[in-house]
Amino acid sequence: MSMDATMAAQAADTISSIFAPVSTPAAKEADLARMVLWLSAVVFVVVGGLIAYSVVRYRAPAGEPGSEPPQVYGSAQVEAAWTAVPLIIIVVLMLATGRVIHEVQAAPQPPDAVEVTVVGRQWWWEIRYPKLGVITANELHVPVSDSLSRRPTFLTLESADVAHSFWVPRLAGKTDLIPNRTNHMWVEPHEPGTYLGACAEYCGTQHTLMLLRVVAETPEQFSRWVEQQRQTAAAAPADPIAAAGRRVFLGTVCSSCHTVAGTVAKGRVGPDLTHLMSRATIGAGVAPNIREHLRDWVRNPDNLKRGVLMPAMQIDDKYLDQLVEYLLTLR
Amino acid sequence: MTTTGFPIAAAAGKGVPSVFDRLYEWVVTVDHKRLGIMYILFALVFLLIGGIEATVIRLQLAAANNHLVSPHTFNTLFTMHGTTMVFLVGMPILAGFANYLVPLQIGARDVAFPRVNAFGFWITCFGGLLLNSSFLTAPVLFGGSGAPDVGWFGYAPLTENAFSPGNATDYWVVGLILVGFGSIAGAVNIATTILTGRARGMTLGRMPLFTWITLVVQCMILVAVSPLTASLILLFLDRGLGAHFFDPQAGGSALLWQHFFWIFGHPEVYVLMLPGFGFLSEIIPVFSRKVIFGYPVMVAATVAIGFISISVWAHHMFSVGMSPAANTFFSISTGLVAVPTGIKLFNWLATMWGGRIQLRTPMLFAIAVLLQFLVAGITGVMLSVAPFDWQLTDSYFVVAHFHFVLVGSLLFAIFGAVYYWYPKAVGRMLSERLGKWHFWLFLIGFNLTFIPQHFAGMLGMPRRVYTFLPGRGLEIWNLISSIGVAFQLAGGACFVWNLIRAYRRGPLAGNDPWDAWTLEWAISSPPPAYNFAEPPVVSSRRPLWDLKHPHDPDWHYE
Repeated sequence: MSMDATMAAQAADTISSIFAPVSTPAAKEADLARMVLWLSAVVFVVVGGLIAYSVVRYRAPAGEPGSEPPQVYGSAQVEAAWTAVPLIIIVVLMLATGRVIHEVQAAPQPPDAVEVTVVGRQWWWEIRYPKLGVITANELHVPVSDSLSRRPTFLTLESADVAHSFWVPRLAGKTDLIPNRTNHMWVEPHEPGTYLGACAEYCGTQHTLMLLRVVAETPEQFSRWVEQQRQTAAAAPADPIAAAGRRVFLGTVCSSCHTVAGTVAKGRVGPDLTHLMSRATIGAGVAPNIREHLRDWVRNPDNLKRGVLMPAMQIDDKYLDQLVEYLLTLR
Repeated sequence: MTTTGFPIAAAAGKGVPSVFDRLYEWVVTVDHKRLGIMYILFALVFLLIGGIEATVIRLQLAAANNHLVSPHTFNTLFTMHGTTMVFLVGMPILAGFANYLVPLQIGARDVAFPRVNAFGFWITCFGGLLLNSSFLTAPVLFGGSGAPDVGWFGYAPLTENAFSPGNATDYWVVGLILVGFGSIAGAVNIATTILTGRARGMTLGRMPLFTWITLVVQCMILVAVSPLTASLILLFLDRGLGAHFFDPQAGGSALLWQHFFWIFGHPEVYVLMLPGFGFLSEIIPVFSRKVIFGYPVMVAATVAIGFISISVWAHHMFSVGMSPAANTFFSISTGLVAVPTGIKLFNWLATMWGGRIQLRTPMLFAIAVLLQFLVAGITGVMLSVAPFDWQLTDSYFVVAHFHFVLVGSLLFAIFGAVYYWYPKAVGRMLSERLGKWHFWLFLIGFNLTFIPQHFAGMLGMPRRVYTFLPGRGLEIWNLISSIGVAFQLAGGACFVWNLIRAYRRGPLAGNDPWDAWTLEWAISSPPPAYNFAEPPVVSSRRPLWDLKHPHDPDWHYE
């Protein structure tokens, strides 16, 4: 059931091939990869062809025992040749490799770059924009960059528990999030769109559903998104059911794990819910973020994401409806 | 015999030993041939267990959104599959071949330390049983939590108490410590045997290539397995006594475990693969009817691989955020492995060139290894290119790559070796017809299963996921991959049936069924206790060639 919901959540997306890069680091990596693949194809055809030829050409004729073929013990010249040729190929390959490593890893950060801190957690992503005052989860918003005004996003990667890995194939290769260590990577998408990724380092029971969305949008859209995310939640909603739900939220244990800015809920264990409804999915990508799934999630998160650390809240249906009504106001 | 007072010995005196007597003889044996066979049988049993785990994994992944097993169960399956195949199949089966063949190939009557040999086997055996008994703990024992689910390389801090409570991980740690002791004991024993037990005239430069490679591998085991055992003990201290070596929340280092593990893990790949090269270096010359091309270069390439393999471990860690300089270094060192490995491949090719190739079952497997290892080597070079690796690592591409190494190359080489030496160990020939069924079914199944996984990885499928998203181009590759398993199982069944059938009624092999050239073929099949009635004297790399061609012996040319 959870994956049916996931299917719907991801339906808009296409294939995440590493050979369909839309971002500068991924493009550099794909260019190098294509060169390696071409070299590999040549080596495979030549060496594989020689092996196949020798088996066919030198197969013993059937039936007749025959004498032993001439014994050839070796040849220094031939050995030198097939030592030198692979060595030259490797040297050429490694010169190209060293260049791309430095281009990607040692890229200077332009002054306009967006800075984001991503914290890996079992099994979701905490996303912070320290200079913009924005905190969100599982959905990274970044501006697209063009050659005239470059605006890449530089990520600082940390972990609150075990090792994770940030991988959005069309944007960049992966970099791990390791506890007690700070890593860095950057993305620079050139086309607006939603790009899907996932945790790529095994991190426990729900490693599989630690999914990731990156929304690349025009600089204007991005600024509007930042403005909207900086708002604190409105005071008690007008709708009486939602207002009652707010009391449930603040009066039960919800607030010890979750934050809703502008209220007393300041928990840091689970995702920040201040702008919950601005996100497309819940549970780090397991289901579309709509009333039905929200209700199911709060009632028993295990239904959607087996093994998730959020406990089932054991809330009566009446209070559950109020609570969901309140969550739906967090835009 | 009867004077010892043991009822066993008394029974043996009656003429027909009972099943119990025969079992007792095997349990207390210190004979290298029996221990070798026990290692191999032990490994084949675990090959079956690991194969069943793999089959369930592929059933679960046959379609998107499949619910055959729970996420937790799936995680235990891939953890136990990986751990079993590396530590309870690969290591023991190769220890078994080394045990059985090395004394025969060097003309020795037994290994240097027969009792250490028995100790190594039994501690490996009990380590394996202990590890797998964890499956039983969930329903049976108080506080039991089933099989471990931390992945076969057990990255910290997932293995710490905070994230893996219960004792599942302790079974993994203690099981591997025991198996590690077994490997180290075996390595000391085999290396000493090779260095001290060779027949008169067998200089280092005249040893069969399998023995040479085995010597290098034993040295690598001492360098690689010892740090793993030490790290596992540190982890055990973390879990049992509250030490903090790998616990970042108390100032330990999670990254340190990765370095410790891969300083074992990468040499380990060659510890597993090099004996496969050893099998090829025996099989290809005999079935091409030609002497191995470039023997000294083959030895040098083996030693070079041994040394380089110690300097490449961090290519498993290109994504952990090392400096550009470190990433460049490990890219280069890893790429360099391709050079001696390529030399080996070209020397086998040159051995076949101009020969009279007989496509018997061992040779079929050897030729498949050449082609599949070519693929594994090429994808290995791709992974050595750090920026390409940032995309490929921890994806299904890596899964495909190392299965091309460990199944497509090593397991195929092991199958070839079994067909080649079974007549020596049992005295009867395996069926060529069943062998060809086994070969073709397994070849088709293997390639169906693992070629598509390269594409799944390049399409963004991470490894170790219990399911995958529909609509992202992954369904077809995973379906083909799962279908391949059926062919592999059918091939495996032919293999097992062939082993059993030939044991009962295979044609008698005689001393030297393949017209081969190394010393093990000079004595009866199966060899008598203590192998050589008279210590052989050797004057070239192919002592039996010299016997068969007295007018044109090898020592004229070496």
